[in-house]
Formats: sequence, structure tokens, C-alpha cells
Amino acid sequence: MKAVVLGATSGMGRAVARRLAERGEALFLLGLPLTELERSAGDLEQRGAAGQNVGVAELDLADPRGFESALDKADRALGGIDTVIVTAGMFKTQDALEEDRDFLYRMLHVNFTATVLFCEAARKRLLAAGGGTLCVFSSVAGDRGRKPVVLYGATKAGLSHYLESLDHKYRAEGLRTITIKPGFVKTPMTEGLKAPPFAGDADGVAKQVVRAIDRGQPLVYAPAIWRYVMLVIRFLPRFVMRKIGF
Amino acid sequence: MPLSRGLGRSYGDASLLASGDARALGTTLADRILSFDEDSGVLRAEAGLCLADLNRIYLPRHWVTPVTPGTKFVTLGGMVASDVHGKNHHVAGTLGRHVESLLVRTGGGDVLECSREQHADLFFATLGGMGLTGHILEVALRLQKVPSPWIYSESYRLSGLDELLERVKQSSHEWPMTVSWVDTVATGAALGRGILFVGRWAEAGEAPPSFPKLRPTITMPFSLPSGLLNRFTIGVFNELVYRSHFRPTKTGFVSPDKYFYPLDSILHWNRGYGPRGVTQHQSVIPWETGREGIRAMIETLASAGTASFLTVVKDCGEEGEGTISFPKAGMSLALDIPIRHDTQDVIDRLNRTVIDLGGRIYLTKDGFTRAEDFRQMEPRLDQFLAVVEKYDPARTLRSAQSRRLFGDRS
Repeated sequence: MKAVVLGATSGMGRAVARRLAERGEALFLLGLPLTELERSAGDLEQRGAAGQNVGVAELDLADPRGFESALDKADRALGGIDTVIVTAGMFKTQDALEEDRDFLYRMLHVNFTATVLFCEAARKRLLAAGGGTLCVFSSVAGDRGRKPVVLYGATKAGLSHYLESLDHKYRAEGLRTITIKPGFVKTPMTEGLKAPPFAGDADGVAKQVVRAIDRGQPLVYAPAIWRYVMLVIRFLPRFVMRKIGF
Repeated sequence: MPLSRGLGRSYGDASLLASGDARALGTTLADRILSFDEDSGVLRAEAGLCLADLNRIYLPRHWVTPVTPGTKFVTLGGMVASDVHGKNHHVAGTLGRHVESLLVRTGGGDVLECSREQHADLFFATLGGMGLTGHILEVALRLQKVPSPWIYSESYRLSGLDELLERVKQSSHEWPMTVSWVDTVATGAALGRGILFVGRWAEAGEAPPSFPKLRPTITMPFSLPSGLLNRFTIGVFNELVYRSHFRPTKTGFVSPDKYFYPLDSILHWNRGYGPRGVTQHQSVIPWETGREGIRAMIETLASAGTASFLTVVKDCGEEGEGTISFPKAGMSLALDIPIRHDTQDVIDRLNRTVIDLGGRIYLTKDGFTRAEDFRQMEPRLDQFLAVVEKYDPARTLRSAQSRRLFGDRS
């Protein structure tokens, strides 16, 4: 595997990259800032990434003008790319988003527009090389309109929709699109929030993600129980959704 | 500044909050390995790195931490803050001896690289300083190259305390790793009977050719009722352990996991003690009075009608560099004591013996010692507090333990 990971410096992205490194896959890291990327690259090299040298390039997900050159660097370093993993994203609670217009604007842009544009760039490269795997982290927050995730959930709903369509359209051509929908996972992104029942940890999610990449499984809820939690929530009538706080 | 908390394996209140509205800072997400130099063996990592991870990554390459505590579910930072010791203390000292440098964010907010050459007072106070000098951000530690990933182990069944202590002391001249399990319930001539375990890293030629398998773990699914582990049931357990060592001597190759971390195979083993839980009392008593002290403490448990489930006796080597680090030359006794209404009284009586015989206790295990007793055991305390004051003038870093023992404001 020759994988590019956007978001490997923390949380679930770090955990996925570690699992890939430990089985000797070749990795290239994209993200910000360079010092963090280099620290994570050093960690992955020690954990056994192939070639011992994990390359890095700065990429600001908010700025699509830098996507092609960053992917070029990854392509050159790895000698071709067959897997692209995107775990980067922004989050704040609904209350915090309502108070911080600048952050909200950035989040709406990064989580949907910029992520989709990055996936488009990655998709074209993978298809040109005959196919591959595009594995992108969305969220259970996009599965149903809910009070606590009005704004964040909207970005993830759009992203999930895009990713599903991509999988339908290009799987026959060899591009396997994998949508990961984490429930509540204890990572730096959810720091300070009270963990609900069924909260997962980053490494447990990573284990599911790597298995899904190996099998080309198009949709993963992580931890797995969230598949059933969200199944119930998707079927709750509106008058119930208006009453509950979940 | 909030107190750092790693994996929470201290037995007492070292990583608990000083007050209800305080916050702790979890360190386990900062767990990256930053560099490793195969020539010098120096590993530099973020302090939240778990020892289990470190072992998993480096044991296959025949590198280990030169000192390991009795559980692998600890962080590097926690190992430094407790200045942990292991079965090889008499030859390897505490972990601190192998620490090259630390990156610390002091209570005052400065981020300082400290070592034996740079900010040495901070470095030594941080080794065994229970996280009270600052946040340990990064640790540079010299790993040890081992000839194989296996331990060669021998164990001997010993019939009484005198024989056991004699053999513990004697075996330390011959073996790099020694530890003994003691039956604290048996009385009369059998008082202090036990099993002595000695070992060393196996040589490449003699070790099994395969890599040791990770043992499966079982999980204690729920809390047993408090009081199920009592003097009677512990006595039955001790009898079984002692008798199951059929032959007077056993030898063999064992995995480091089984050898160093026997309790880690039962996840949530603490639930066996029920909701009231367990405390530990670990002390070290100088050689001259060690035998007397251990006998007195076993008798204290008997007279209180309680017992220790896992009792460990080990000889300690010379005192290390940590300003208030625990070990010093003598006999160390670790008692696991189920918590009851009279636990404070039992600990007070044990501490009286420790003080009278010139010993001291291990803060990582402690949740009950009184401030006045600790001060009597620890003449180095003022020196430690002076360093804390220097780097954290407002004394912002506090734990439930520091509040109890040093009178820190909550």
C-alpha cells in the first residue's frame, strides 16, 4: 500500500496511520503545521513504516490552491499513490459555533467544500492510475437532523452524500470509496465533552478502518454499535426528534 | 495549572484532584515516539507513551526499558514521576538512573529541558516528584539491549520468613532480578513462608527460537462484594499458591509479560476488592532492622484481623538521584490491604514501625499516610519543597496527595 494520510497528526488519523505503519505500509503525511507532521512521521517510522522514511508536506485544507502540489509531492515520494485517507475536519459544539462566526464560516468551508475539492483531486489521480481506495471520515452527525449538531451535522450530511455517490459512480472503474462514520470517539476533537454511552477510542476505530480498507467495505460505523443506534434514530418520527435533546 | 494524570495506576491519591472543582490534564494522547538512536539506545518520546506500546514496538528488536514496574499500563511520564523500580533494583537502580533528560512545563509556566547538567535541581526533583514540579512533556531514556526476548527464571519454595529473607539477600549477589511472594496469613513456624523468584534475560543460544506470544487477558466483568477478599479467603488462596509450587525449585523460560506483569492478565483486577477497594502499603526498611520490621508488619495485619492478598518482599539497592525518590538500601515490603473501616488505623500502625526502624514509604502506593508521619520518614522533604517553590512559586500544581501530605491549599 502507498497511502497518503491527511490528518495523521492526531486522533483517529494518527491511530489509522499507526496501524498501517506497524504492518509496514508506505505512508506520506499531509496537514499542518510542518513541525507536527515531522513529529508524527518520526513516530510512524519507529513503528515500522516501510522504507523507514515517512515523507511529509504542508497542506492547508482550507486552501484548495495547494492541493495539487501537495499531492504531487506525495506521488513523487511514494512512487505512485494507491490509497488516500482523509480524517481532517473541524468541530465545535452547537452553542460554540453559534457564538463564533469566523470559526463557523471556516468549518462550513473546510468540512464540506474544501474536503470535497480535495477528494475530487485525489479521485482523479487514483482513477488515472487505474483505481485505488479513497477513505474519508464523515460522521454519524450527518445521518439525521438533530438539535446538538445542526451546523456540524449539515457539513457531514453533505459529505456523506457526496462520498456515497462517488462510490456508486466509480467503483466499477476501480475506485473504492469508503465512508467512515464515527460516533462519539475520545480524541482531541472531543476534549472536554462528556462521553456518552458507546463512546469509542481512536485505536478501536482505526482497527475497523484498516479492515474496511482491506476489504473495500463502503460504509463503516465506528464503534460498530452506532450502526444500530443511528438506524433507530433515522426512523424516529419528527415529533419525537423535536422532544428529545439527542 | 492542572495536575497531570497518565493511566491512573497509582494505588493512592497521587493523581486524584486536590478539590472538587480542580481539573486534571490527561496525558495519554501525547504518546508519540520522537526518535530512537540504535547506537546509544536513547529513546525520546512524548510522556504519555504507554509502556505496553513501547514493549510491543521495541521488544521484537531486543530493546527494553532498563527498569520496569509491575504493570505495563503506565505512561513514561508516570514512570518518571514515580521514579519506578523493579525486580532488578539492586543492580539497575530506579528508572531515573537511565533518564537522560526531560522536557518539563513547570508550574510557573516555563518549558524547560532539564538534565544532570541543565536545571539539575528541577531534573532531580521531577524524578519521583509525583508530578508536582510540572508537566513532564518529553522523556529521553536510555534503553537496554537484551540478548533475547525471553526471561530465564528460577523459583524456590521457602518455608519461613528467616529462610526467605536470607535467600532474597543472597540471591541478589547472583541474579539481576529477584522478588519474593510471601504468605502473610500462615502463623507459627510457617510465618513468612513464600516463593522466591529470580531471573535474568535469556541468552540468544538458550532461549526458545520463537517470539513470546502475548498472553490472552481476561476481564473481571463486575465488582465482587467488598469483604470477599478477607483473612480467611486470602489464607486459602495462599495455601493453594504455596502448595501449587510442588517441587522445591522450578526453572524455565518465560515471556517478559508473564514475568514482569502477572496482574495485567486480569483487566480490572481491582474489581475483585469490591466497591471499597484496596490500598497498598509499600515500605523500605534498612538492612539491620529489615527482618524485625517485616515480622512486625505481618503481625500488625494479623492482630488487626486483616491480610494482604499479594505480598511482595524485595531487597533494594542504593538510594537513587531523585530528590524524594522512594527506594534506599534495605528490605522492601509491599502489602495489598483491602479497605475497611479501620484501614487508617492499620496504616498508622504500619507507619509507626516504618518510622521507628528508620524506613520510608512509597508515595505511588499511598493513600492514607498522615502528614506528620511522612515528615518523620522523609528528611529530604524540605529540599524537595524548596525546588517546587522555585519553579511554581504560586504552588498551582496540587494533588489530593500533596494536599494531604504537604498541606497544600486546596
